[in-house]
Amino acid sequence: MTTATATATGKLVLPAATTRKRRRPASPGRVIAWVYLTAIILITLFPFYWMLRSAFSNNYAMIADPTSPWPVGFTLGPFERVLGLATTQQSLAEGGSGASVPILHYLGNSVVYASLSTACMVFFSLIAAYAFSRLQWRGREFVFSLFLAALMVPAILTLLPNFVLVKELGLLNTFAGMILPTGLFSAFNIFFLRQFMLGLSTEIEEAALLDGAGRLRVLFGLTIPMASGPIITLSILGFIGQWNDYFWPLLVTSDASVQPLTLGLAVFKQSSPQSQPDWAGLMAATIVAALPMLILFMVFGKRIVNSIGFSGLK
Amino acid sequence: MTFSNPAPAAVDTAAARRRRRADGRRTLNSNAPSHRGDARLAWILIAPAGIGFLVFAVYPTIRGVYFSFTDYHLLSAPQWIGFANFIEMFQDQTFWASVLVTVYFVVIAVSLTLIISILTAAVLHRVTKSTAVRGLIILPFLISGVVAATVWSWMLDAQLGIVNEAIRALGGQGIQFLTSRQWAIPSLAFIQVWKNMGYTSIIIFAGMQTIPASIYEAGRIDGANERQMFFRLTLPLLRPILALVLVLNVIGAFQVFDIVSVATKNGGPANASNVLQMYIYQKGFGQFDFGYASTMSLALFVILIIITFLQMRLLRANESDNA
Repeated sequence: MTTATATATGKLVLPAATTRKRRRPASPGRVIAWVYLTAIILITLFPFYWMLRSAFSNNYAMIADPTSPWPVGFTLGPFERVLGLATTQQSLAEGGSGASVPILHYLGNSVVYASLSTACMVFFSLIAAYAFSRLQWRGREFVFSLFLAALMVPAILTLLPNFVLVKELGLLNTFAGMILPTGLFSAFNIFFLRQFMLGLSTEIEEAALLDGAGRLRVLFGLTIPMASGPIITLSILGFIGQWNDYFWPLLVTSDASVQPLTLGLAVFKQSSPQSQPDWAGLMAATIVAALPMLILFMVFGKRIVNSIGFSGLK
Repeated sequence: MTFSNPAPAAVDTAAARRRRRADGRRTLNSNAPSHRGDARLAWILIAPAGIGFLVFAVYPTIRGVYFSFTDYHLLSAPQWIGFANFIEMFQDQTFWASVLVTVYFVVIAVSLTLIISILTAAVLHRVTKSTAVRGLIILPFLISGVVAATVWSWMLDAQLGIVNEAIRALGGQGIQFLTSRQWAIPSLAFIQVWKNMGYTSIIIFAGMQTIPASIYEAGRIDGANERQMFFRLTLPLLRPILALVLVLNVIGAFQVFDIVSVATKNGGPANASNVLQMYIYQKGFGQFDFGYASTMSLALFVILIIITFLQMRLLRANESDNA
């Protein structure tokens, strides 16, 4: 009886579905849907285009012609200014402020900060996740639930005391002070990797243990390579997060020697003159700041999209 | 003799191998004595995370609560003053103004983000499964709030910004987006929406993909139209995910800082965009009043907990109507 209805519905539905499909291009609903989607994509992408257009413009000429869709008085000047390649005269001539912004230096700091803290975060989460998923020890579930509880506490409550602690440890204006709080412990990463490892078949690892391999050799030789997918995903997401981090570095650094690019860019923006900011230079600097993320996106776009979708399904 | 000799030997090694394998299996059993080594290794492996947890999560949480009951200006040791900070907070006009500004920001930003994201996800779900399109709309999520705020400051500039040029070209009046009291918060909320809508859409889209097609087929047979199916099937089935993105967006918006710091120069004009996180930062790092700043952090934390709890209750997040 049930099968009969099932096939009956199947027969009923299939032709309907195919006629729908054939009629689709003409349906007004679909046209509206595409118009809406196009509008959303345009709104999303336009600022990126405007960034490019302005960054290749002569700041003086651009102020005279603010609506031109193309770079006004095409020049590489803004990039030369923010990368410190232009002389003061050159930069003043194109509407720069004349002050030098060591963007490349900030960029280097960002690379160190984001990659070190991501590497620490993922590695320490990885070995902890192994202990939580593969080893038998008393208190395992209890410690794990304690760790998970940390997900509930928003950063706002710990930021000020953590600043005080880093100050007391004498780690203000050091990479260690910037990295330690996020680098050592990440409840989300531990949870994510533990779930993955629990879902992984243990047969190969057990076989290796039987053959006399030590736990550590199994961890580094087998478990970690088998978990490379989620490791890459977490590394990318972690790197994006750290690269864009602003508030914590703002608290613990005051010295340009360790400050990341987000801070450098904010200083550049906040210190621009009210009357005639160097918008072209600012846009060039934002491109330098965004470029590593855009490259990451071009290489790992599909993985990023899928992992974001997945993060909602847990 | 010579013929039979190899046979027992072979049997022996096979038996030994079997025994060894059995021993090996037993080591995977938690009761076996050889398993004790596991505990030591486990504690070594969780040590870095455990230290991070205790030193940078548990300790500061306790300490933050303690600071909020003290007079603490960073240079001298904290002095216990009981509820004085809390009383000050309840009488602090700037604090309440800041709460209002933050709530205003959160309401605009989160409601717009959710409406646009649900629509976008639904449209994506119906017309294209292309990863490229989804990739394009999450681009703003990849850049920092500082970059987003800088670009939009330029585009929303009162004199030369392209948005105002467009408004004027259409015959409208230029708007002081980031420099007037009236427009500062809506403009900041718009930047927040621009930055988060793609990300939120992708999460909702992924949720929509888990709804089995058979449910829609059944709906179609029952004569439901597209709109009815969206409101009667899609939205109720998505409730757990909608609750999640609602909570994520609310928590994120309540703690907004970087775009405010860059786009309206630390809460301007005249405190019109002085959101809570900005006020806390200025109290702590502008005036070094760490006790009071901690009290406000604690208040923000309590607000977030209550809101999260209410949202989960209202949306009955744990159960979708599917069950």
